[in-house]
Amino acid sequence: MLRIIKQKISSRGLSAPVIGGYTHRLSPVASTIRHFSSAIKEMLVRDALNSALDEEMAADSSVFIMGEEVGEYQGAYKITKGLLDKYGPERVVDTPITEAGFTGIGVGAAYHGLKPVIEFMTFNFSMQAMDHIINSAAKSNYMSAGQINVPIVFRGPNGAAAGVSSQHSQCYGAWFGTVPGLKVLVPYSSEDARGLLKAAIRDPDPVVFLENELLYGESFPVSAEVLDSSFCLPIGKAKIERKGKDITITAYSKMVGYALKAAEILEKDGINAEVINLRSIRPLDRATINASVRKTNRLVTVEEGFPQHGVGAEICATVVEDSFEYLDAPVERIAGADVPTPYAANLERFAFPQIEDIVRAAKRACYRSVSTAATA
Amino acid sequence: MASSYLSKSKHMIMQSLKSKKVLMSIIMRHTSFVTNSQFCRPFHIQNYADSSVALSRSFGSIYCERRLHTATSVSNKITKELAVNMYTNMVTLQVMDTIFYEAQRQGRISFYLTTIGEEAINIASAAALNINDFIFPQYREPGVLLWRGFSLQEFANQVFGNKYDYGKGRQMPIHYGSKKLNYITVASTVATQIPHAVGAAYSMKMDKQYSCTVTYFGDGGSSTVNYKLINNFIFVIFLFILLKTLLQGDFHAALNFAAVMEAPVIFFCRNNGWAISTPINDQLRSDGIVVRGKAYGVPSIRVDGNDALAVYSAVNDARKMAIEQQTPVLIEALTYRAGHHSTSDDSTKYRPVDEIEWWRADQNPVTRFRKWIETKGWWSDETESEHRSNIRKQLSQAIQAAERVEKPPVADMFNDVYDVPPKNLSEQEALLRKTIKKHIHEYQSDVPM
Repeated sequence: MLRIIKQKISSRGLSAPVIGGYTHRLSPVASTIRHFSSAIKEMLVRDALNSALDEEMAADSSVFIMGEEVGEYQGAYKITKGLLDKYGPERVVDTPITEAGFTGIGVGAAYHGLKPVIEFMTFNFSMQAMDHIINSAAKSNYMSAGQINVPIVFRGPNGAAAGVSSQHSQCYGAWFGTVPGLKVLVPYSSEDARGLLKAAIRDPDPVVFLENELLYGESFPVSAEVLDSSFCLPIGKAKIERKGKDITITAYSKMVGYALKAAEILEKDGINAEVINLRSIRPLDRATINASVRKTNRLVTVEEGFPQHGVGAEICATVVEDSFEYLDAPVERIAGADVPTPYAANLERFAFPQIEDIVRAAKRACYRSVSTAATA
Repeated sequence: MASSYLSKSKHMIMQSLKSKKVLMSIIMRHTSFVTNSQFCRPFHIQNYADSSVALSRSFGSIYCERRLHTATSVSNKITKELAVNMYTNMVTLQVMDTIFYEAQRQGRISFYLTTIGEEAINIASAAALNINDFIFPQYREPGVLLWRGFSLQEFANQVFGNKYDYGKGRQMPIHYGSKKLNYITVASTVATQIPHAVGAAYSMKMDKQYSCTVTYFGDGGSSTVNYKLINNFIFVIFLFILLKTLLQGDFHAALNFAAVMEAPVIFFCRNNGWAISTPINDQLRSDGIVVRGKAYGVPSIRVDGNDALAVYSAVNDARKMAIEQQTPVLIEALTYRAGHHSTSDDSTKYRPVDEIEWWRADQNPVTRFRKWIETKGWWSDETESEHRSNIRKQLSQAIQAAERVEKPPVADMFNDVYDVPPKNLSEQEALLRKTIKKHIHEYQSDVPM
């Protein structure tokens, strides 16, 4: 049933992200509705985040937002649009340019029982506040033996945008993923954005919420359940975006979209790929990953960040530890190039994984010869 | 010309001390003097002991300089009960520090950090606060906990890291914390408590609580930035800031923002002249810390930190001012770190022994306060020796008891990482228990399960 719909969509020439975004996620009923009526709502990731913040602030008066440009400017990326007018300057706090300062303040507020949502203009700037995130937030519950808990959320765009060069393009998933005491979430679609942000705000532990600037403007279909104000996704559960049986491709954030497109291309070559959207780097959903690898016997991990000590390295290790006998081929790791991100458009393209890289890796894992054509 | 502290000769050290004294006397000239203070006169170091308490408030308003208190006005407020209570706590703190320090030297505990020379700051500031005022300490303020009721046994349990430690054996010694007494657990990171205190104050403001937060820091920590957003709260957030924290970025953002938000926070800087081995002259060249407060628009005051009554008075008035006028206040308390930085330090390596001895003698805050309460007839030699031997006995009992108590159980290694223990940690704990049971002879028999 899904394949019929997919063919119909392809024949209509709908844009790739839309196809990749929803075809494999929605239930057949929903996709049918997409065709025969306009009942399905589309939502931008930006709006998803905004609505999640709005609803959580309305539900709990101890939630407040703090960051640069979040108030009067309506948010550097307009994620907090309209919230200052609605909730006032006490709950949407514009700060001076001092990440260390306002992160420390946020942590202190969380010590005393508020639920701050700290926005970093990009997670590259979170390095200025790293001591507060790690030493003052992540470790506090443990060091105080449960006397101090820190229900704080650190959110903002992570990873590469377009043409912002090395100091604005690093992915911090692996950095934060190593720290016990933190939870690290990486949404992809609008559903992920809404559900995971709500879960993060409600969670009593410190959560690092890594968004992606380029995803803000992408729209995804959302069901009525997702739009409900009590909607929440569980932290630590990955999502199988596309079911398959030949190879497992794990990805997070923007790379999920790339992996889905790669899966389309692989389908033409008869390779049926299963795409897992990690949704959560810490805790990592090892159970889902391992179950998938035990089914398909092959694995390709995809990430935007630097290769050494990356998320893919951890996934590879966990699969080797738990499902070694099930692997039919070595694990393929696709990651960003091991260089600070260059600016020039052509160089930047070389520095990050592209769909062709994923396709070629999958084919290598399936022991198919690599196509010599320029595009896969 | 600053030379490396390693090659600093005694001459150089005396030079910098003299320049500090010169600095002090220059400051004195610009401040109003408490000339008829009866407890200032006996001391021969005029320029220091006569350090006045002057409040300056700028920020667009008329620069005013007024005497905060005179000795008579202060002593009128201090009842016998309060004075004796303060003094006995100062003595307890002094004895506790000496004995725990010795215990570390004997190898019974791994680490300790004394408050010698700063007892007045600890106790007097705590005495001027309310139990609902949230304290964000650096690490040289156990006296505040002592004043609030933390028992000697509780202190001992923490430094020995036994199963009764409120920190479940996770922290180094002297990292005390008590939710009940509104004293945030000490963290090793310097000056991070300054913005935390501001944030907590903001939370109090949102809750419309009648309290404040207080943070302490030292000379070195004043470089950090700390934001205290405490508004509308009678509870002042009190920050104890070491001088060494003042060079951290946290301090600057905190003061700045606190002034902008009109937050009732007390920033208490313990200017004790040393940041481990860095003397004040190598730390900063400004007129102490008090001018930094002024630069940010925060009413600031400089007080003799070894004068218990001055500290009490300053904190008392600062708290009232902070709450009633909704403003942050910076208190710079001049004192001297008479002990080593910690048990990992030998300060005779970088400062002359006679300098240390001078401060331990006449300038000793405990001795000074004792002289005052004795003139009032509220204390005597008998009560002194009785109290001291009492505390010593209690302490040795507490230490012996704490030493004998078993260490925290294995389960305490894996909980509190998150609110709810995740599956992987439960699995690790199960695996560890299985391993211990299987190889029981390879593990210490005193490891409780």
